[in-house]
Amino acid sequence: MRAVARDVAFFVEHLKGQVADISFELAGRARALAGETGGRSVAIVVGEGARALAGQVACDVAVCVDTPEVARYNPLAYAGAVAAVARAREPFALLFGNTSQGLDLAPAVAAALERPLLAYCREVRVEGEKVVGVSQVYGGKVMVEAEAPAGAVVTLMAGAYPADAGRGAPGAVEEAAAAVDAARVRFKALIEPEAADVDITKQDVLVSIGRGIQSQDNIQLAVELAEALGGAVSASRPIIDAGWLPKARQVGKSGQTVKPKAYLAFGISGAPEHLEGMRDAGLIIAVNTDPKAPIFDVAHYGVVADLFDIMPALTEKVKAAAG
Amino acid sequence: MNIIVPIKQVPDLVEDLEIDASGKALDRDWLKFKMNEFDEHALEEALLLKEEHGGQVTVLALDTGDVDDSLYTALAKGADRAVKIVGDFEQGVSSRQAANILAQALRGMEYDLVLTGVQAVDDLDGQLGPLLATALGVPSVSVVAGVQVNGRTATVKKEFAGGLVAELEVDLPAVLGIQAAKQPPRYAPVSRVRQVMKTASIEEIEAGDPGAAGIEVRRMFKPETGKRAEMIEGSPEEVADRIVAILRDRGLIKG
Ligand SMILES: Cc1cc2nc3c(=O)[nH]c(=O)nc-3n(C[C@H](O)[C@H](O)[C@H](O)COP(=O)(O)OP(=O)(O)OC[C@H]3O[C@@H](n4cnc5c(N)ncnc54)[C@H](O)[C@@H]3O)c2cc1C
Ligand SMILES: Nc1ncnc2c1ncn2[C@@H]1O[C@H](COP(=O)(O)O)[C@@H](O)[C@H]1O
Repeated sequence: MRAVARDVAFFVEHLKGQVADISFELAGRARALAGETGGRSVAIVVGEGARALAGQVACDVAVCVDTPEVARYNPLAYAGAVAAVARAREPFALLFGNTSQGLDLAPAVAAALERPLLAYCREVRVEGEKVVGVSQVYGGKVMVEAEAPAGAVVTLMAGAYPADAGRGAPGAVEEAAAAVDAARVRFKALIEPEAADVDITKQDVLVSIGRGIQSQDNIQLAVELAEALGGAVSASRPIIDAGWLPKARQVGKSGQTVKPKAYLAFGISGAPEHLEGMRDAGLIIAVNTDPKAPIFDVAHYGVVADLFDIMPALTEKVKAAAG
Repeated sequence: MNIIVPIKQVPDLVEDLEIDASGKALDRDWLKFKMNEFDEHALEEALLLKEEHGGQVTVLALDTGDVDDSLYTALAKGADRAVKIVGDFEQGVSSRQAANILAQALRGMEYDLVLTGVQAVDDLDGQLGPLLATALGVPSVSVVAGVQVNGRTATVKKEFAGGLVAELEVDLPAVLGIQAAKQPPRYAPVSRVRQVMKTASIEEIEAGDPGAAGIEVRRMFKPETGKRAEMIEGSPEEVADRIVAILRDRGLIKG
């Protein structure tokens, strides 16, 4: 087995000069784990302005890489930089968020370092010389507890640990000048989302539809219900990928995070990537034909039924009640 | 242009998932498999690129069971070659092992682009794309929606949260993890698939060394249902009345 140090390292993700919430979640957990391994929590911050970004993150040491090759996000260069820092320190565990950047970097770094990887973790622990993760797989329907030897790379789901524990400042800041191979990937531009006809993040009520809606024509049913409630229609990713609604209506990991007073989910299974965008809604009511759909784990109220029976009946009743 | 699309069979999540007697794996007897939905997008993007630039699309699968239908369907949609990697996969294959096996197979093939699905619902040890790219020594980008090729470079759109997109330029050959194709995946009529089954064939190659698994599953379990929703029962009208009452209590319905 390879020799590893006691430190617990984590990757600090940022975009447009903002540290992502997930990084604070990792910081808090890394500090707790380092308490158990007897090491330090080490933040790895890569990119332009790394030092300033590191200043917000609670950790024992922040290692900053701020060279021209990593000025903008570049998966090849970033993976190279993180791998170089990790190689020099051999952390007990190296944490990433299970995010768009994490999906690029965690496997690449794990492969480069020949370290095992525990992905999709909702929980990570240290047990003796092992790293133990509890992952959420099969669209949230099954959990798996798995272990890896010390040295493992781990990706954590958003919301697995509180962010507040990770806000603060580093005990010490170091600079690292990792030589990285960046030339084969070039950052060109950051494209802002197109202006939306309706801002789903500002609605009190969202009628949200998933693949259970079956066809584009059926979306009209949801529109009618949303109108009766004075809200708007949002959707899961497959509805957007099918071209049935604009991208601005997508709720979830690669869409919008919404917090309406009421979120009515029809025919949405509740995959972790969807839940990430709506689990904090004030009231969640889910209608699904599958009694085991994970959406019922976050919903306040659930109905096991065909949405085509419930939706029109509800529209009628809402119209009647609103007079 | 040579495009390789590795495809994977995953359990259909609409079905019940039961855990087997070992407590460490799903009971395969009850599972219905289908092609990973993001692989449908990867294949679509590959076919669109072929239509634009010419070349060849090869679908590649590890023979973990039930892959033939998906391979024939890919041929029916317009893929040129279907290759099945055979070996002893009884104990399951992790993403890392699949990456090792695919890397060895790809060393004997010509490729400009490898388009994988962004992720599958069953992997525990990370996404195959970046693992494969590292093994091959080529760059990779994940969470890609939209690929444009100009000569020896690809311009890709990588999605972040909130609808934000990064445009990246990548030298070929490269591995891209496809989240969504430029248009919804095409459909292959059953009659066409049947015809392809009669006329086309699936090539077979032997798997190389998968290497060690790296992680060990201790147990598999269903998520706790303690926080489960309060279930509303009754006829559609009764359910609707109850929901109206709940919304009205919260001031979300006037009147
Ligand atoms: C990197 C990444 C980012 C992602 N980002 C997002 C994101 O931002 N947002 C997002 O939503 N997804 C996202 N996904 C996709 C996510 O993993 C799921 O594939 C998706 O959320 C599933 O959508 P769904 O629930 O509509 O479809 P399915 O999972 O297919 O579920 C359909 C549901 O409808 C039910 N149903 C069927 N018929 C009826 C009926 N007549 N009445 C009632 N119920 C019915 C079924 O029981 C089923 O539960 C992302 C995935 C990846 C890998
Ligand atoms: N056993 C496999 N055979 C072929 N392709 C695979 C296999 N496992 C993963 N892939 C590819 O890698 C993508 C990501 O899968 P995963 O690594 O399981 O998240 C899939 O969408 C496939 O394109």
